Amino acid sequence: MNNVFVYCEIEGKTVVDVSLELLSKGRKLANTLGVQLECICAGSGLEGIEKQVLPYGVDKVHVFDAEGLFPYTTNPHAALVVNLFKEEKPQICLLGATVIGRDLGPRISSTMHSGLTADCTELEIGSFDMATLVDGKTEKKHYENQLYQIRPAFGGNIVATIVNPEHRPQMATVREGVMKKEVVDPNYKGEVIKHDVAKYVPETEYVVKVLDRHVEAAKHNLKGAPIVVAGGFGMGSKEGFDMLFELAKELHAEVGASRAAIDAGFADHDRQIGQTGVTVRPKVYIACGISGQIQHLAGMQDSGIIISVNSDPDAPINAIADYVINGTVEEVVPKLIKYYKANNK
Amino acid sequence: MSLKIIVLAKQVPDTRNIGPDAMTPQGTVNRAALPAVFNPEDLNALEQALRLKDQFPGSTISVLTMGLPKSAEVVREALYRGADNGYVVTDRPLGGADTLATSYTLAQAVKKIGDYDIILGGRQAIDGDTAQVGPQIAQKLGLPQVTYAEEILSLDEKAKKVVIKRHIDGGVETVEAPLPLVVTVNGSAAPCRPRNAKLVMKFKKATVAAERKPEQAEADAALLEKKPFLNITQWGAADIDADPAQIGKAGSPTNVKAVKNIVFKAKDSRTMTASDADIEGLIKELLDEKIIG
Repeated sequence: MNNVFVYCEIEGKTVVDVSLELLSKGRKLANTLGVQLECICAGSGLEGIEKQVLPYGVDKVHVFDAEGLFPYTTNPHAALVVNLFKEEKPQICLLGATVIGRDLGPRISSTMHSGLTADCTELEIGSFDMATLVDGKTEKKHYENQLYQIRPAFGGNIVATIVNPEHRPQMATVREGVMKKEVVDPNYKGEVIKHDVAKYVPETEYVVKVLDRHVEAAKHNLKGAPIVVAGGFGMGSKEGFDMLFELAKELHAEVGASRAAIDAGFADHDRQIGQTGVTVRPKVYIACGISGQIQHLAGMQDSGIIISVNSDPDAPINAIADYVINGTVEEVVPKLIKYYKANNK
Repeated sequence: MSLKIIVLAKQVPDTRNIGPDAMTPQGTVNRAALPAVFNPEDLNALEQALRLKDQFPGSTISVLTMGLPKSAEVVREALYRGADNGYVVTDRPLGGADTLATSYTLAQAVKKIGDYDIILGGRQAIDGDTAQVGPQIAQKLGLPQVTYAEEILSLDEKAKKVVIKRHIDGGVETVEAPLPLVVTVNGSAAPCRPRNAKLVMKFKKATVAAERKPEQAEADAALLEKKPFLNITQWGAADIDADPAQIGKAGSPTNVKAVKNIVFKAKDSRTMTASDADIEGLIKELLDEKIIG
């Protein structure tokens, strides 16, 4: 009762990275609250799945193993989570801000009438004072041990802290790469509960059929690249990005992009860096023609060395850059390539 | 067979043009300070609806939105592109709603509309990027959902089934789902067709009651009698039998505790020009310190 839950997303028979990252965050939140960390693993053929999650400090693994639970479809997974939550009454539930997490989370929150915050970049525990109007008088209520769901909001330089004081569970989704994956103990001892799926999921919930499914391994390793060359709207075009690919090839780097550049069609969606894309922590981050909206900064601010190439000396990203090159990308990027080639022996 | 289609649309502040007064001190969106646009992915949803209507002549598309009276603008925009009628849910007690209270309100309005085969909406709105309202409406109506849809591939009217291509992480999948159904559509789906000049002529004077001026009441009444299709239905909370505890701020579990402007601590940064000397110097320094190379 009252524990921290993580819904683990499973691709085939593998728990995906974002879920392991959330287990690490969940472990810390549970420690702060003095409660247990539990997780849900639902899929088909999950014999031994607990071995993948227990090292992250899970006290209780709820396994739902049945035909029809993989590939994921909404209703059966929503039913098992909701029915389990009715018994377990968790105080916190974390999900990956993936296609699955963003499909399932709102379905659960709607059934449980609980608050859900999308794409959080930080999660903390703290207190909250809420003023409510009761019979025309303002009453203050104090709440301890609330989950602060922190996310950049609304376009500009704003970070909002959201709390759900009167509804449980407090739910949040988090993008892959935002939290750090940390093994607590390779031999961590936790309880494994294999549930009778039919008890939680009525046959009538299997309404959507997956006819065909293609999943490809990522074409690039943006998240793990030691050097990232990222382009923004200032690159001007898809052709402008070719320059960045050339620079990246020389540096053995990966190419990323800001949302503005993605929306303009300069680069593929899976290269988006920022709150609603990938979070990266490379050794070197070269931002080309990126102004630096907070959503973008949220996805790269922990980079080691930040180099900003921008024709606008007041671009917000310059404030967090170690090196600022005042100039147009057309002029600077070819020079970076040229002098790297000339000096790297 | 003809279909009854509902398209969920939202008028959103254009987050691509944000000013410093975009948020109120209470942490809610200051909509007055921003230009309002048709949420882009809702237009992709409208296109999927229009394609169904092309395929099944006699189908009707109803556009449903919640917001200020001026959000009738998105209904008109949809009418110009081929939608048949619209509903604007607008009422003071509906303000300050989070996604849960919003989905409750819209689900109540859908129930009031009553007859439908498929409900389409954008995957998410650009003012919040939450992608929550579609699935929450589906749950409240007891319907299945297909999110992240790219294209409705086929619809079998006899079997009441639809086949949809959707995006998943790292790939695509094709699913078959029963009607009625809620579908949310990606921005990468087919773009919406442009306005049709004839439809613009036909619907440019379409309004909700709250947009009409009292001094023109007589003229408006005469116009609407002659052309009843110029009336966009306006509903308040009572019209959709909304429980006051589940709408607006009261119906929203989430509270904004704090909103702050983030000022990143300026680093001890070095600024240089685009000159050859500066850039070669930087590259050499990075190589010497084994930061790159």
